[in-house]
Amino acid sequence: MKRAAFILASNPLTLLGVLLVSLVVMAAALADVIAPFPEHRGAVVDFVNFNKPPGGDFLMGTDVVGRDLFSRILYAYRISLLMAVVVLAIAVPIGVTLGLMAGYMGGRWEYGLMRVTDVFLSIPPLVLALSILGVMKPTLLNGMIAVTAMWWPWYTRLVYNITRGEKAEGYVLAAEVTGASRAHVMFREILPNCMPAIVTKMTLDAGFVILIASSLSFLGLGVQAPTPDLGSMVAEGARYLPDQWWLSVFPGLAILIAVFGFNLIGDGLRDILGGDR
Amino acid sequence: MSLLVLWGVSVLIFAIARVIPGNPARVALGPNATQDQVDALAAALYLDRNILVQYAFWLRDLMRGDLGRSLYTNRPVTQDIAEFLPATLELIFLAAMLMIVAGLPLGILAARFRGRWPDHVIRVFSLLTVSAPSFVWAVALMLAFAYFLPIFPIAGRLSEAYSIPRVTGFLTIDTLLAGNLHAFANALRHMVLPAVALSLSGIGQAARLTRANMIETYEKPYIEMSQAYGFPEGRIARTYAFRPSLIPSLTIIGLDIAALLGNAFLVEAVFGWPGLSRYGVQVILRKDLNAIVGTVLVIAALFLIVNIIVDILTVLLNPRIRLGEARP
Repeated sequence: MKRAAFILASNPLTLLGVLLVSLVVMAAALADVIAPFPEHRGAVVDFVNFNKPPGGDFLMGTDVVGRDLFSRILYAYRISLLMAVVVLAIAVPIGVTLGLMAGYMGGRWEYGLMRVTDVFLSIPPLVLALSILGVMKPTLLNGMIAVTAMWWPWYTRLVYNITRGEKAEGYVLAAEVTGASRAHVMFREILPNCMPAIVTKMTLDAGFVILIASSLSFLGLGVQAPTPDLGSMVAEGARYLPDQWWLSVFPGLAILIAVFGFNLIGDGLRDILGGDR
Repeated sequence: MSLLVLWGVSVLIFAIARVIPGNPARVALGPNATQDQVDALAAALYLDRNILVQYAFWLRDLMRGDLGRSLYTNRPVTQDIAEFLPATLELIFLAAMLMIVAGLPLGILAARFRGRWPDHVIRVFSLLTVSAPSFVWAVALMLAFAYFLPIFPIAGRLSEAYSIPRVTGFLTIDTLLAGNLHAFANALRHMVLPAVALSLSGIGQAARLTRANMIETYEKPYIEMSQAYGFPEGRIARTYAFRPSLIPSLTIIGLDIAALLGNAFLVEAVFGWPGLSRYGVQVILRKDLNAIVGTVLVIAALFLIVNIIVDILTVLLNPRIRLGEARP
């Protein structure tokens, strides 16, 4: 722990990541307090102040119906973070459990589970989520389901690979000899040795979930208007290029900041914990 | 093996497509159609039969190269795909080339100057490029190099001034076949921004991975030996360290090309690129089942082909596997 703190402090990039992520989390948590126009997160129309460039009362300008872009971005962060937390909270336990089972129990389990994983992994991630959302109503909940469905196989593969290596280790044999149950060996013995890799991947993935979620809503298959979402804001703003450039540039920048933050932390964690690759 | 996976994909996609709430025949015909018309279409699409029967019919048609009709364009799905696929393949091919010719050298550079400033610059660059979705890069590039500095065209595949007969559907090939070099240059200029936007995150990933593999190789005794012999550093990097490091990179580059197939959906939307991905978005928004299933199946097949090519390349690059001595 002390060593981790030392490495963290000596790596300015990781510190920057921590800073960026805390900023994003604060922005989302305190949106009600920080946002100059909290009511602009909904369907508000203010034709007096529409299409204002950044500056004055409007830090990042206003959109085509006069809503403050800065306020909307703060609220959009809430959706992004919620998405990341929910998706990982569901996908990681499922993926990890299946990976442990496939790796440790072997035989038919291994064959069946890994083939199913192969199938999921042989559709480009975004395309899989798109086709799921294609047949369902584009809502926040369905978006979460779609992204979760494409996420778990990565953890299955990661944990499976580690478990296969750990299975032959002495401590696993020792536990088996003393009559530990399969569940005990998998979750109490092997799982702790997978944790560094899992934690590193989760940090990186928090950013990637935000990225994928914004991609889905960019295509009109995510959170629907008037709820602010970074992806749909970029899509909307791209229609008004180049004159109202701020409409797409600032939401895009907001995505970049959040994902970059998580990536910097994940990259630092990889150095500390070893992690995947 | 790959066929098995492809079959699994077909089952998965078919299952997803058939859990659609509501009657696809009703969606296709609109609210003004009579119940008889809806029933007739449903029967023609086997929608009134049980799901296993539907799948069996669909699989039989697939074997004959028939993916059904698109309810959106009212043409056979295979015809739609044949029309839109070349534009996407052209874009992805250029993006994949960019990824390799820019990503690998950056990774080698970072590994050679490990811990010094080129390494840090490349590290931040790679982290930044993977931190924004490709549509954000697309918007940024468009704003910078099409509007602010009008170097590249804003959207589309070819200026309207040119009319090139369609032979292969690949504009870079068709323009050359037509012997029109100006049109070829024009088509290429249209491809630059979308391809760069598409490949940026891949470049970053390829660079990082190559760096990690190179560093691992650099710790091997034979590199130390060649350094002790006083071989030039550049030669060690290129000749001795790079080739073994390329093998693990290749696998991930295969995966990255898969990501390109997905991200093409985003980039084509920004640049109005008339490719398969844009078609995919259209049919998804219109809940056009046959077209959704067909598009995803083609993309999955492409992905498997890329992976098979990667596997073959891995074997060719690795003398140990090529000569049958050992598995990796």
